[in-house]
This record gives sequence, C-alpha cells and structure tokens, in this order.
Amino acid sequence: MARQKLRQKDDKHEHCYIRDGKLALPYQYFAGRVGSRFLIALRDKKQILGVKCEKCNRVFVPPRQRCERCMEDLSDSWVELSDTGELTNYTVVNYEDKHLPRKPPYILAMIKLGGADTPLPHILEGIEPGKVELGMKVKAVFADETTNTILDVDHFEPV
Amino acid sequence: MSHKRNRNVGIIGIGQTQYSSHREDVNQPEMINEAVRFALEDAGLTYDDIDCVVHGNMELFEMVHQPDLWHTIGTGAYGKDAYRVTTGGTTGATLVCAADNLVASGMYDIVLAVGFEKLQEGHTTGGITNMADPLWSRNLQTGALTGATAGAMIREFGEERARRAAMKLRIDMDKHAMLNPNSHRSFGLDYDQLDDLMENSPKLVGELRLIHMCSQSDGACAMIFASEEKAKELSDKPVWIRDHITIHREETFNLFGKEDAEREETTHRFAARKLFERNGIDNPVDYFDVFEMYDPSSWWGLDWLREFMLLEGDEHLKMVENDELKIGGRLPLNPSGGVVAANPIGATAMVRVAEAALQIRGDAGGHQIPSEVKHALASGFGGTLWTVLTMLEKDLDW
Repeated sequence: MARQKLRQKDDKHEHCYIRDGKLALPYQYFAGRVGSRFLIALRDKKQILGVKCEKCNRVFVPPRQRCERCMEDLSDSWVELSDTGELTNYTVVNYEDKHLPRKPPYILAMIKLGGADTPLPHILEGIEPGKVELGMKVKAVFADETTNTILDVDHFEPV
Repeated sequence: MSHKRNRNVGIIGIGQTQYSSHREDVNQPEMINEAVRFALEDAGLTYDDIDCVVHGNMELFEMVHQPDLWHTIGTGAYGKDAYRVTTGGTTGATLVCAADNLVASGMYDIVLAVGFEKLQEGHTTGGITNMADPLWSRNLQTGALTGATAGAMIREFGEERARRAAMKLRIDMDKHAMLNPNSHRSFGLDYDQLDDLMENSPKLVGELRLIHMCSQSDGACAMIFASEEKAKELSDKPVWIRDHITIHREETFNLFGKEDAEREETTHRFAARKLFERNGIDNPVDYFDVFEMYDPSSWWGLDWLREFMLLEGDEHLKMVENDELKIGGRLPLNPSGGVVAANPIGATAMVRVAEAALQIRGDAGGHQIPSEVKHALASGFGGTLWTVLTMLEKDLDW
C-alpha cells in the first residue's frame, strides 16, 4: 500500500506531499537462435562457443548474429573456445546495491578466452583484489545448478 | 566543409532551473515550465511565438510513459507540432541537434527544446543497468559506476600522478561550481584537502571515489532556436550553431571487443577528429575559448580531455597540473562546474550547450570567462561512450 508523507514543515516545503510508489515490472527477453545455441551448449555441455567472422578474422564471444564492422551473417560460423583465458582488464566493486551479483568487495574482470578475439565480462574469485595482475590466466568455474544464463559460469578463478 | 544546412540557426533564448537533489515544491511539468518561462523571457517571446517543441529525458527514469504528452502543460506545446527525443545521456545534446535540424531545414522558424530530469523520483542506477544486454551482462554490471578508466590511467601515468590529477580536476570543477548559483553541488573544496580526499572519500568501484562521481539531480533546461533571419530580428546577440556530430559505435556495456587496446581510436577521439577535420580546425586547444564537457566523473573528464582535444601522451595531465583548465586559463573547462556539479540527466547535455552559449554572449554571470569567448565546444555523453559534439560561434564568419 502506497503511503503519503508530509515533509518537515520548513518555509520552502510546507504542504509539499510526496507519493511513494513501487513498480515491479516483469519482462522477457528472447535470446534468439544464436544466443540460445550458446546458452544451451553452456548448460548441457559446459562448452563456451563463439562465432567467427571469416572476413574480418575475428572471433566474438558472446556470440552475435552479425559482425559489427562488415555486417556479415555469423549465425552458422560457430567455434568452440577454451574455458581458460587471459585477464585483460578488471576493477573492484566496493559499493553495495541490490542489483549487484555479489557483496562488495568483489572483482569484475574482462577475460579473453583462448580462441576468442573479444573479452567476456565476468566475476573473478579466489584471489585478493590487490594481487590481481593483467595477463594472468584464469579458468571458468561452472555453476552447480543451471539458471540458463551466462551465470551458468558461476565465476572465473586463477589457474 | 561543415554539415550541409539550408540556413543558419541561432540560439536566442536560454532558461535553466536551479539544480538540486530535490524539487518537491514543483511537479514535473511545473519544473519544466520554470525553465521554459526563463527561456521565453530571455528571448523576449511568448508561447505563441513558438512553432514547434522538442522534449526529452531518459526513458522511464521517473516511471512516466510519454512524458512529452503529460508535460504539455509545462512546455506550452498545446496544439503545436511536438517531438520527443530520448537518447540516454546524450538526450540534451540530441535535443539541440534536433531543434537545429528542424530550423535549418526550413520546417520551422522558431523551435523550443526542453530537457529535464527529476532523478529523485525514480531509480537511476536501475534504469541504467537495464541498458546492459539482458543475456550477457545485465546480471553482472554496475550501472553508471565504472572503475576501468581510473585503472587504465593509473597504469599509464603511475598511481600518484594519476590520482592527484583526477582530484585536482575535481577541486578545479568545484571552484567553478561555487561561482554558479544554479549548481546542485558546490562544496567549497580547497587544494589543501586534496590528500585527504584522495585517501578518505569512499571508494565506489576501483579508484572511482564518491567525490569523483556526478550526482543525481533534479532540474530542467530550455533553449529557443531561430532561423538566421528571425534570430537577427529578435535577438541582440544570437549564438550561432556551426556544426554538430553524433557518433554511436558501441551498443551495450562491455561487449563485443570494445577493449581500448584493440580499438584504433576511442569514440570520443573519432568524433572530435571528424568534426574538426570537416571544419578545418587543426589545433582545437587554441581554437576554442571554452569547452563545456559532459564529465560524469573526474576520471572520465580527465581522460576524455585528451580524446576530445586530440592530445597525446600526458598533455591533458599537464593542462590540469598547470591550471590551464580554470576560468582565466588557456582553455577553460566547464566554467559552470560541469556535470560533477549538477546532473539532471535529460537536461545535462543541453546545459553544456546552454552554458557554452552564455559564455559567448558574456551572460554567464559569476562564472563568466574574463576574456572574449568567440568559439565554444560542448560535448554530450550517453550510453556506452556515445558522443555528440556541438560547435558554437559568436560571429557568422566561418
């Protein structure tokens, strides 16, 4: 039940009501054939797939239907990637918010998997934030239970 | 050659509300109406003189669908042609582009553009997080807060120098904000607090600290645009729009290979280089008399200065260290205090253009640059490094 509150009566805000409300909006997002194939391989085979643009010689992960540069259709150019990769960037999240996947502090990393040309954003665990180094090798740790999302990789950790 | 235009367009009216964390004394259309009335007063016009209204803010930030319709009682768009623009953080800059294009095309002689936000009424980080791809990064990313730029600058320039420069710029901006009565945040910071702030301001993400980051503000900005003929007739000192450029290159956060190292150049540099090339500007630092930049944090403001001004190496750090960006310096940056001083998002990028125009007119008040301002640049930023740049001129002589 929404409530109404009357702000403290100072000169500026006398008789200024605020109506508090909350909207929880359910939504769906259709992964499409390309995204679905990636998620199914991740869930059922613990495989991480990418798509290769032969024209630009680039392997994208997560996969996408078209290469952004030449706009070639990549829907059927699947390649299997390694579940280990190299850390190309990272940061430490120090603030807490309901939508974040972990309690702070935790590490968000960009990981270029073996065989890919683009980095994948994910969580890095198993190392102190102060000890993380660019270029270090990290490995995917798969979740025990599937959520049919990218979080079927629960996190990455140092090799 | 700048953008092809059928006719020149002048800015003839500017109105801004006070920016603050709360505007509970006015509802959304009432707050918008304040800015609209100020702009009409500034131009010496009435609602009847406006041919068309362009309205913009962030999508669903205040949980209102089609706010442009609801806000008709604030904008005065009743019975007029009206459009809505919502391009994220760049909304305010895109409003200027749209109004300019509508007038330059010959469709309308006088266009009113209004950008607003009442961020206190919604959930900003929730809204921004929803920009992330639902499949690949929505459950991972951190809304508007990113620490990667600070990390990269610390790696490039060393921890001490990079952190000092970012905090020095933050204090420079606060000094400017103190001169601007519309500022939401003006703390009265001084340089002897630099070390204390570097250590004790709460860390958000990486080396991005609370003091570096922009606020969530309430406020509105309105601007009136007129054809050259009308502008000369109606205004003593119209400010001319010379050119603008919009570059969107990256679709969502952290996806598809957008690592700095493998990009030929950043989107900001790409946009600036194209704009300056087509306008024959070889040295932007010397050409422009003021730069109003959309600086969401002091780290981004510092890093982006190098990109927008086509600088190399540590030239941008030197500009901060040598006081070149302060009012009275070589290239005053954000005499208004910038986005770290006030960020009503749908208005923010328009405020950059409005403040640049006020500097050209000489009407910026307490934060007016003491020397003549003939050439001004304003930047808008939104989404994942989307860029709009707008060039303003005092004289119709390019």
